[in-house]
Amino acid sequence: MEQPEAAHWSNEVHAVLREHQVRQVAYVPDAGHRELIVKCGRDAAMTAVTLTTEEEGIALLGGAWLGGQRGVLLMQSSGVGNCVNMLSLAKTCGFPLLILVTMRGQWGEFNPWQVPMGQATPEVLRATGTIVFETDKAAEIGETVEAAARMVFNGPASAAVLISQRVLGAKTFGK
Amino acid sequence: MTRSEAYPLRRRDVVRRLLAEAGDLLVVTGLGAPSWDATAAGDRDLTFPLWGAMGAAAMMGLGLALAQPERRVLVITGDGEMLMGLGALASIAVQGPRNLAIAVLDNERYGETGMQTTHTAGPCDLAAMAIGAGFPAAADIFDEDALAEALPRIRSEPGPLFFNIKVRAEELPLVLPPKDGAFLKTRFRAALLDN
Repeated sequence: MEQPEAAHWSNEVHAVLREHQVRQVAYVPDAGHRELIVKCGRDAAMTAVTLTTEEEGIALLGGAWLGGQRGVLLMQSSGVGNCVNMLSLAKTCGFPLLILVTMRGQWGEFNPWQVPMGQATPEVLRATGTIVFETDKAAEIGETVEAAARMVFNGPASAAVLISQRVLGAKTFGK
Repeated sequence: MTRSEAYPLRRRDVVRRLLAEAGDLLVVTGLGAPSWDATAAGDRDLTFPLWGAMGAAAMMGLGLALAQPERRVLVITGDGEMLMGLGALASIAVQGPRNLAIAVLDNERYGETGMQTTHTAGPCDLAAMAIGAGFPAAADIFDEDALAEALPRIRSEPGPLFFNIKVRAEELPLVLPPKDGAFLKTRFRAALLDN
């Protein structure tokens, strides 16, 4: 399941974010985002902002846009549940909002505690006016983020790219 | 009478002074009374008044401060709004933006919902929480002397700064800013970025 470093999808996604002049990268970490977080953290053009909870990122990126900067928000699917009311900020004000979600509770999930929010994630996002892109092949992630970023920054729109657990590999805790 | 009904500082006066000769100061106000107070002090393009998204104000200030490091950013919010986004204090402290100040108007009440008490009417101390989160400077302000000393610091001292201003619990006439969020966003960006 692990791709060699040179081919990892995070390379392409990082390049797409650079191309779209993304300057603030906000996240609550997830194992699936590890490589992308490292690449953005090393990029002098990007400021990495760690969050205590995911909805902080929506407010942060609204402020960034007021100040003339673009951003991206990285989270695990459980974090989508933390964001629900705050998504109204992006929607009501027309702040461009690009979210990359690594999925849990989905493809062969080992931990049942992850399943309810993982299964609800696309519906919750759509219910709050967010465009949802679902991807389950590593080779499609870069182009999907590119498509989402175009709609977000040309919009404005709120869009989330859901990266399947099928790509990331289900955690097993060694079982 | 509860204690905050006797606090000497009055919120409308405090905000009028926070925003006096604001010039190019970039301001975000938290939903409810702080947005009404800022509007009473004078609606302006470079103030973004929240009408919702409770808990967002401080983080919006951070995003703005990071995007505009040469400009001063002031967040004016209430105790209830700050309590809903306490994690923001930790996220802001980690970034350490030198151009950001947060002023909480702490009347120890939820003003828009019937003046129910907030946690700060009890043992909760927001300034201590800001220090605990890693803010290099945070203080409570109870009186005129402390306010007069804080005002110039809020405008110029390297941040991030946090001032918890204890204000009288009082119900005041509504002075409402424009409600259209897209308009508020666009006029802010036009004033900041288009010249």
